[in-house]
Amino acid sequence: MQNDVVLTMRGISKLFPGTKALNNVDFTLRRGEIHALMGENGAGKSTLIKVLTGVYEKDSGSIHIEGIDGEAAIHSPQDAQNAGISTVYQEITLCPNLTVAENMFIGRTEDAVVHWKAYEKKAAAILDSLGIPARPKQELSSCSLAVQQMVAIGRAVDMNCKVLILDEPTSSLDEKEVAMLFRLMRDLKSRGVGIIFVTHFLEQVYEVSDRITVLRNGELVGEYPVAELPQVELVARMMGKSLNDLGDLKKADKSFSAGTENVYEAKGLSSVVRKPFDFRIRKGEVNGFTGLLGSGRSESVRAIFGADRVTGGQVRMNGKEVRITGPHEAMKNGIGYLPEDRKRDGIIAELSVRENIILALQVMRGFFKPMKRSEMEKFADEYIRELNIKTASQNTPVGSLSGGNQQKVILARWLLTHPDYLILDEPTRGIDVGTKLEIQRLVLKLAEENMSVTFISSEIEEMLRTCSRLIVMRDGNTVGELTGDELTQAHVMETIAGGEAQHG
Amino acid sequence: MTTANRTLRRKQREPLSDASLLTLIAIGIFVVMYAAAVIFMGGAFQKVQQFLDLFNENAALIIIACALTVVMIGGGINISVGGIIGLTCMACAKFLEYSAPANSTLAVLLTVALALGVGLAFGLFEGFMVSYLEIQPFIVTLAGMFLARGLTTILSVNPVKVTHEGFQALVKTKLQIPWLGYTAKNGNLIPAKLEIGAIIAVAVVAAVWLMLRYTRLGRGIYALGGNRQSALMLGINVKSVCFRGYVISGLLAGLAGLVFLMHKPAANASIAMRSEMDAIAASIIGGTLLTGGVGNVIGTLFGVMILAAIQKIIGLSPLNESWWQDMASGAMLGIFILLQSVILNRRGKGGTKDMQADRG
Repeated sequence: MQNDVVLTMRGISKLFPGTKALNNVDFTLRRGEIHALMGENGAGKSTLIKVLTGVYEKDSGSIHIEGIDGEAAIHSPQDAQNAGISTVYQEITLCPNLTVAENMFIGRTEDAVVHWKAYEKKAAAILDSLGIPARPKQELSSCSLAVQQMVAIGRAVDMNCKVLILDEPTSSLDEKEVAMLFRLMRDLKSRGVGIIFVTHFLEQVYEVSDRITVLRNGELVGEYPVAELPQVELVARMMGKSLNDLGDLKKADKSFSAGTENVYEAKGLSSVVRKPFDFRIRKGEVNGFTGLLGSGRSESVRAIFGADRVTGGQVRMNGKEVRITGPHEAMKNGIGYLPEDRKRDGIIAELSVRENIILALQVMRGFFKPMKRSEMEKFADEYIRELNIKTASQNTPVGSLSGGNQQKVILARWLLTHPDYLILDEPTRGIDVGTKLEIQRLVLKLAEENMSVTFISSEIEEMLRTCSRLIVMRDGNTVGELTGDELTQAHVMETIAGGEAQHG
Repeated sequence: MTTANRTLRRKQREPLSDASLLTLIAIGIFVVMYAAAVIFMGGAFQKVQQFLDLFNENAALIIIACALTVVMIGGGINISVGGIIGLTCMACAKFLEYSAPANSTLAVLLTVALALGVGLAFGLFEGFMVSYLEIQPFIVTLAGMFLARGLTTILSVNPVKVTHEGFQALVKTKLQIPWLGYTAKNGNLIPAKLEIGAIIAVAVVAAVWLMLRYTRLGRGIYALGGNRQSALMLGINVKSVCFRGYVISGLLAGLAGLVFLMHKPAANASIAMRSEMDAIAASIIGGTLLTGGVGNVIGTLFGVMILAAIQKIIGLSPLNESWWQDMASGAMLGIFILLQSVILNRRGKGGTKDMQADRG
């Protein structure tokens, strides 16, 4: 048994000013296993990974790697690589302008001259043996994200890594691509590579992992074989509280009643990327767009908000006909929109929490009517408290907050403008379970206060818990609308698949 | 999976990359423009010498455009190259006039060393500031430009003419190509002439092309310009790569100064003014992206050719005023950038379909 172990971390501690990020954590990785590292944001997963990859220096503890006598000295990412530890991050760390083959070999030799033919031949062999659908001479930017990630894995494998760390590899992949990635992971596992898998998706953990290590608040909760830890238990271990919270939410969501008045109504609305569609939402209603990735969910709400160029359709807000051709008009008419990609469209990382919160309100009031400092501070404080935003102060740059808290800041920004109608596009992506629940609970609370909310999430379960009406989409078309008793996972799946059956 | 797939893979030709497409466009535009000039303007354009003069007269520009391409592919910029040309010219001219030994070979060798030394000094200084102190390249090279121009004026306010025999001999040495020549009215065959500077410029293009394509440094420069963070994670010493890129550009600028002096053996304080801007324009027209990671020197060579041809065409047309040249060059640059963005946009839509699907 002992021979199977490729990596042992014992008593790892890491202090940051003010917090103990890791406290006496043990971690063991065996040959040929997929080991999920679980925990909420701030539990210490990233810190542990960064200690292992040499980005951070540990304060105490020891790391042993198979084949290296004594303690492994890892002081830089280069050291980690030399010791056989490779990492593939969520954000692709390859060069988009180089070819696939070059991305696999650049930076690995001391030769002054590049041997293209040899690169391409070796790359072809690796791609073939791992079943990665890419051509060696292809420019990397012409591959899909999933394939780019697999190329990164191919590079790691070719460097004879014993430990492969996959940090949130599935966040931006669709189901087919995830399946492709999992096939590759299982293949590597059978070759004896130990894989550390960090993810937020619980289902994926159960689909592919052998073992789970749970961290909470920088401490080790435990290591469990997957079969011995049901999903509900896992969530409980991660959150460290009982599951009553989940139950509460389920009851609450069915209890509100929707008014009859349409807050927003669109007929034949279309944009450059969305075919014409009809849509309405009542006062206090929570509805959602669901469908596979790429089915047109985001395109629908972006058309409503005017984020893509609107090409046609009639829109009524509270019964009055309005023209919405851009985000500015949408905001003036009381629509708020929390975009899917918060890094690209949402937060301004260099600005403070306060400035980010105030932003939308300032835009609505006009830039020539500046707000008083005291007023801004009051608003910021109010929402930091209300939404439980974990930040050192309202002057902290948003970029230094965790993903979940950044999301809350954007949410606060829109809530401050008191919209009649709020659109949340994937507000829970890439954030921890606790914050996910908080956001879901908030959505329902807003609806009780008569705000209309359109909620989009890749996790169907999450939508079932919050939405009273689901619009099902496939290939850019609405293929169904589910309410009441129809709102079950099985039914949603059937509706999505139903469209598929007709086509094929 | 394996063998069938592999043969399939071999047969499949890769679609044109963005970089090669942009280069092809530049080449195409030059060919069309020059052919039109030959057909409609005739006269001088029908002589091969006119074409070779594009190289003779713009050898220095070709060299600094290559320098700019190297730096721009790495995601940087160098606006001091024109200043370095000025300083090198002045320094070499004064050296040749006042302190050079009478021995021709020795004098020329020392002049070459001086020119490369001046360029190298600027390259080392700017490269260090940009790479290791992480100061904006625009600011660093702006300072470099002011410094070079200032030093040039300190060396001499008045123009300096080079009369040194050894250097004059070098200036007069030209490659004669009889079979490309033409017969003058009096029946004499006048061979086509290529200056040494032009040959050096072409050699520089070839050398830089090889460097960018086949050396670890060259590929590192592309990686650096493609994504600095990724390049770092891929194990590339980005600081050293960046540093060496600026050193190369400085050295080339020094060489360009020497070539400039060989074409016109006289120096003054405002020599090669604004040539860094022409070099940037040529790189961009040749398909180098200001954002880094994309470009090649063959395209850059044609970028220079396009600018030079515009100048010649307007010079021989009724619109022979300098502002017409500027406006035509400006318009060409504008049209070209528009063309680039349209093409890249259209390709982007086709090429990244998978990635767009990620937007649920």
